This record gives sequence, structure tokens and C-alpha cells, in this order.
Amino acid sequence: MRAFQALVIVAVLSGAATLAAGVTAMRPVLGIVLPYLALAVFLAGMVARVVWWARSPVPFKITTVCGQQRSLPFLRRQPLESPFTGWQVVGRMALEILLFRSLFRNTRTELTPRKNLAYQPDKLLWAGALAFHWSFLVIILRHLRLFLEPVPRMVGILESVDGFFQLAVPTFLLTDAVIVAALLYLLARRLFNARVRYVSLAADYLALFLLLGIAGTGIAMRYFWKVDLVSVKELALGLVTLRPVLPEGVGAIFFVHLFLVSVLFAYFPFSKLVHMGGVFLSPTRNMANDNRARRHVNPWNHPVPVHTYEEWEEEFHDKLVACGLPLDKE
Amino acid sequence: MKKTPQELLQIEYRPPRREWMDPHVDFEARRGTWSYPAAPKNLEYLGLPNPREWSPTDEDWKLPDDWKEIVHKGFLDLLDRFRSLKVFMDCCVRCGACSDKCHFFIGSGDPKNMPVLRAELLRSVYRKDFTTAGKILGSVAGGRELTLEVIKEWYYYFYQCTECRRCSVFCPYGIDTAEITMMARELLNLLGVNINWVVEPVANCHRTGNHLGIQPHTFKDNIEFLCEELEDVTGIHIEPPINKKGAEILFIVPSADYFADPGIYTFMGYLLLFEHLGLDYTLSAYASEGGNFGLFLSHDTIKRLNYKMYAEAKRLGVKWILGGECGHMWRVVHQYMDTLNGPAGFLEVPRSPITGTVFDNAASTKMVHICEFTADLIHHGKLKLDPSRNDGWKVTFHDSCNPARGMGLLEEPRYILRHVLNELYEMPENTIREQTFCCGGGAGLGNDENMEMRMRGGLPRANAVRHVHEKHGVNILSCICAIDRAVLPTLMEYWVPEVRVAGVHEMVGNALVMEGEKERTTNLRGEPLPGKEA
Repeated sequence: MRAFQALVIVAVLSGAATLAAGVTAMRPVLGIVLPYLALAVFLAGMVARVVWWARSPVPFKITTVCGQQRSLPFLRRQPLESPFTGWQVVGRMALEILLFRSLFRNTRTELTPRKNLAYQPDKLLWAGALAFHWSFLVIILRHLRLFLEPVPRMVGILESVDGFFQLAVPTFLLTDAVIVAALLYLLARRLFNARVRYVSLAADYLALFLLLGIAGTGIAMRYFWKVDLVSVKELALGLVTLRPVLPEGVGAIFFVHLFLVSVLFAYFPFSKLVHMGGVFLSPTRNMANDNRARRHVNPWNHPVPVHTYEEWEEEFHDKLVACGLPLDKE
Repeated sequence: MKKTPQELLQIEYRPPRREWMDPHVDFEARRGTWSYPAAPKNLEYLGLPNPREWSPTDEDWKLPDDWKEIVHKGFLDLLDRFRSLKVFMDCCVRCGACSDKCHFFIGSGDPKNMPVLRAELLRSVYRKDFTTAGKILGSVAGGRELTLEVIKEWYYYFYQCTECRRCSVFCPYGIDTAEITMMARELLNLLGVNINWVVEPVANCHRTGNHLGIQPHTFKDNIEFLCEELEDVTGIHIEPPINKKGAEILFIVPSADYFADPGIYTFMGYLLLFEHLGLDYTLSAYASEGGNFGLFLSHDTIKRLNYKMYAEAKRLGVKWILGGECGHMWRVVHQYMDTLNGPAGFLEVPRSPITGTVFDNAASTKMVHICEFTADLIHHGKLKLDPSRNDGWKVTFHDSCNPARGMGLLEEPRYILRHVLNELYEMPENTIREQTFCCGGGAGLGNDENMEMRMRGGLPRANAVRHVHEKHGVNILSCICAIDRAVLPTLMEYWVPEVRVAGVHEMVGNALVMEGEKERTTNLRGEPLPGKEA
């Protein structure tokens, strides 16, 4: 049901974009106005979100420790699971952000027919998530070809690696297949894993369908309904140089693609997709496990009512005397 | 416990048809899985809101008239003070990696015990009240209206989390359900919706100095009694100093260690160790609690109870503090104490008077874990040990949640155990170290009315113990946590009755060869040593 809601939203958006792309007067809106607007919303929204997070302090150092602490020299430490220095934290964060360290730990819990609990390694979610995020990044970097003139060498190299399997003309790009496969896996997991389906919100499907729509239209343009790349580049360069032009001869499918990208950008700061920024700010991961060595300061550490020794001695005075424990006040 | 293990094991992991956004909880039907509310006298003593007699099974929970506004304002206040809450509310993608990592989910199959959903209970209200999308789109954007039923649901599920942080290990964003539960309990606390098993120990500790409400004369009596027992076993007479000014080290233990079986044997182990070393230390009848149930109520109560440690160290003029075997105590000492009640400039950087080792990992907080202290002693060959005295025990080690995931104290206890006994077997790797499973009774849930949930929550731990029991004949579960020692015996009795529970320093005490001791014929429990049976 929730998946259906999300599917309908994306279908309606795509349909509307297809119709609009057929109307000449609407093309400047799809090609120029909305992309600018979406980018503005994305940037302002993300900045606002990160500033809002950062406005609250981190009152305690609540590292989730996943390995041996640094204590006695003869015990083997695990600096990337229990970082003690700033660089070790950088290392831990790099593993988390670049390689999804925590997801790599994933297990599947099963109660066997003999009523034993078994924990099987389950790396599929890790592999799917990693495949999606990395191919998405490569695809975004590949798109720089459209926005930059001359095209940076790095982009060319990336493309040749991506096109390693020279299977077709135009060159088949590995990431195109990987991102669709990964998204379909993530979608299938949401739909068919009973527990994940139970916790999934419409918003969770929405992100997947949007991304699938974007990837789908992008691939279609490259391999099937080819669009005039020179015109697309003209449009893209116009957008980044703030001298927008709307060339003739760009197919309707391009506008659907661009519109869905605009929607994704505008939606981003108001959705769970902000995890892109939040992962850097997670206090259980981005702090060292050096609590007892270096004091962490809490800016709002307000006074609280306490029961002082003097009050305690007064309350238990007679009992302290009777059992012979020393008193501060005779 | 009315239900048999076989009945309890009929667990349905497939989620029900009913959508989770429906908050209804049938407290009457679910007796055995929730804890009784706080008695008004305890809330009154602490000056906490809304003391009254009530029961979760009542229709009317007697909340303040403006309860909704209180929660709304309280939520805003927490968002202002804790970046963690903001980030954890916004970043979850519901990937489900955590969904089968919670011991309460594994033991009950209740979908709201999946960490992701436990957080969604709070997150849904956050979205509705504080986010643009949630305000406009409501339930489509995952928003949910805050109703009285939601408060009741929060009470049920946020007092069905032991703040063990296992899920946080697996979360790609490190979302920590303990943090979320702590926030939810702060909010509930504003309405006077909390449980007695948390609030009474807090009130006791505030007044007498320890959770059990033991007054100074009884404190002294208990310790003297344990010393007599110890003398029977070893022939050594010990008089531990109490409230002694000018001692070098203040030693603080969880109160259960000088009160209840099997913690008392661990306490005897500490005493023997210090006697063995001739250590200049003191106990305190005022700071007579290592644990801190304030952690399970609010950040303010953490600070209120923890205050006594530094205050007493300063009053007695000690150089540094040594802490006993306790789980959540060490989460507070390691991650909260210095921030809340430090800096402790009046203390010195801890240095072992026996080995000269400087504990620079505790340079600021100035408090050392007894396992760090003892491991260092063993490494320097300062202890005379006879591991064969523990030969009756086939041991496995249970990492307590907080020392494991709160501080990374994983190798120290193992190092000690390997030197004081001969047979140590590890449980399967997904159930120990940073992936260790909770005892099922942490965070104030170790009470008797909550027994069914305790047995369910403890199932993953017990199941792993049964595995090593069947494979290696393990007959004792060693741990470094007073709550473990209080609740694991019941858990073992239910799931693996052949296995008993002990602290690490009980094993140390058994193995220590004391100068001038009589021939040992029994262990600290008074049971015959192997080969010494009459």
C-alpha cells in the first residue's frame, strides 16, 4: 500500500513531465526554472538542516565502542573500532562512510527447528547499499562531462574504467547496470522481507522509485531513445554559466529525466536522504573513545540538587556513632 | 514464571497484520512483560513531577491536564540540548539492519522491539510536530499524532529496552537506541510516568548512598559478616577500612556486591586481593554505590547520584578512585562522570602503587576499572596464583553490555581469567565482545513483575551459554556486572539450570595464594575444592 502510494506519486510526476515537455511554453520551466529552483532548495535546505543540527551541542561523548580500548600496553588495541586519537577517528569514519563498515557486520538471526539461535553472516544488504552508493557517485561524476568544458581528464578516465566491458555501441557502462540492479534489490528487499516491509514508510519507497525513474530515463536516453548530446551539453553549460539557453531538438524524455532529478534535489533536505550529511555528525561514531583521558565539556551542564556528605552525616549521625564510623563533625 | 521454556520458544517473527502506527497496548493481557509504576513517595523524595498512585492497567493515568504541551516543550528542549537526538531522528533510512539485533525482539518477536520501530515510536511524533513534511503530509510522511495511547505505548516499549546498545553497533549511522530510550524516558518522566524499579533505587541512593537503601551501620555489618565468612575459608582476618581519611585509593563497588549472592563472593575476591597486596585503600559508606540508576531515568539524576564519587574522594583526600565490577556504573564513569561532575583536579593521575603503572587512559577522570588494575598486577607477576583451585569450574565469559560497547573493556577480564583458572571457553563470536547480548534485566527491568520479558530478552544470552554448556561442559558464567549477577542466575535457572554465575574477582579470590592462609579446602562459596571433598 505504502509502496503503491509512492509509485503513484512518481508515475504522476513522470507523466506530468512528459506532457509538459510536449508543450513548447513549458520547456523553459522544465529545463531552466525548475532545475535552478531545485538546486536552490537543495542547497538552502541542506545548509539549514546541517546548521540546525550543529546548533545543538554534543553534551556527552557517547562513542559506541566496537573493539578493545586503549588501556594496558600488553593488550592488543583495535584503533579503528575503538579510536583513541583524532586520526583514528578519521580512520573509523572513513571506513564507515566509504566502505559501510557497520553494515558489513550484518547478521541474520534464525531460530532453528531445534530452537537454537543462529547468526548467519548476511552481507547482501551491505553489498547492495555499497553498489548503489558508489555507482551513483560515479554516475554523478560522469555527468560532469556535460557541465564542464573542456572535460576534465579524470572524467574521461572514469568513463573508460566504467566502460571496461566494451559490449555495445555506445559503450555499455557498468554503473548503469549496477545502479539499477542495486536499486531493484533494495526495492525487492523492502517488498519481500516481511520485517523490512513492516517498517517501511511511503517515503522509503518514494526515494527508490524516484532514483529508479532517474536511472531508467537516463539509460533509455543513452541506449534507446537517443537525445542530441550536443544540445544537452549546451543546456547544461548554459545552466552552470548562469546564461541559460534552451536548445531545440532535445527529446521529451530528457525533460522527464531532468524533472525527476529536480524533484530529488528539492525533496532531499526534507527526507531521510539527509543521512548523507548526518552520517558525519553521528556522535556514536565521530568521537574518540578517550573519555577518561580527555575531559569532554558539556556547555549546558547545569547544577542539580545533591545530597551532600554533611547532610548525610547529619541524617545518620546516631547510627554512625553507634557503629563506630568516623564523623567529620563531632 | 508460569510459561515453560517450550511455550516461550514459540516465537513468531513474522510481523502481524496490524500496522505499527496503531499504538494500542493491552496491559492486562501482557502482564509479566511490564514493570510497576513508581511509588509516589519515591518521586516526592526526589522532587520529580506528578507523584500519585496509578497502574498501567488503569484507563486514566492521571496525567497533568497540559500533558501534551509538557511533552511538546520537553521534546523541543531535548532537541536543543542534544545533537544526537536531532541526528538520530532525521537520519534513519529504515534499512532494517538493526531489526533482528535486539534481544527483546529475538525473544519475543514483537515488531516494536525492533530497534528501528522502537525509535519510530518517538520519530513519528517528532515528524508530526517538528518537521515540514510531517506537518503537511501527516501519516504519509510517517507522522503520528501524540495521543494518550501513544504515551502508554512509550511506557511499554521504552521500558522494554535495556539500553544495551547492541543495535547501535550494526547501524550504518550509529543510531543508538539507548540514547533514544533515554530521551523518551526523560519525556515520560516529565509526566510522572516511570517505573518503581528505577525510581526507588534512585531515591534510596540519593538518601543513603546506595540503591538498596543500606544505611551506614548495616553497610559496616554486612562487610564484617563477609569478612567472617572469608576468615572461615582462608583463615585470614581482614578489616577493610571504611570512610578512612588519607587513604591512597577510594574503592567503590556496586551495592549488590556486599549484599547478595553471588555478588558477595566477588566482593570477597576484592578484599583478598587488596589484603594480598597490602593496598592502602578505603571503602565509603556515603559513596557506597558504584551503579547509577539515574542513568535509567534522566541526565539530571545521573549527575545527582554520581556527584557522591568525586565529593567523597575529595573529602577523604584520596589520590585516585578504583571501581568494582559493574556494567552501567562504568558507562557512567567512563562516558558521563568527568563531563558532569569533573574536572577532578584534586585527584592525581592513577598510578598502581604495586607495579608503578600509570593509567594514563584515565588521566582526566582518575578512575580505574578493577580489571585494568588486576590485569596489570598479573602481567607484572605481582600475584601468587594457584589456578587449579578453580578446576571445578568450566568457565565462559559474558561481556556485559556497557563495559563492552561503552568502553571497550574486552581483553582485561579475559586476561585475568586465563591466569586464574584453567578452563575458559568462548561463546559463539556473534554473542560476545562488541556483539554481546544483554542479560535481559538491565536499565531497571530486572524486577520480578517483568519476569516473562526478562526470560525472553535473556534468551539469546542463555542460548549461547547452553551451546558452550553442551559442547564443553561449561558450568559457570563469569561476568563483570552486578545486574548480571542479580538477574543471570534466574535466567540460567530457567534456560540452562546446570550453569551458575560468578564475578571475575571471585575467581581471582579463589586462586589467590595468601600469605599465612590455612589450607584451603573450599572455594569462596564454601563448597569443597576439587580433590578436597570430605
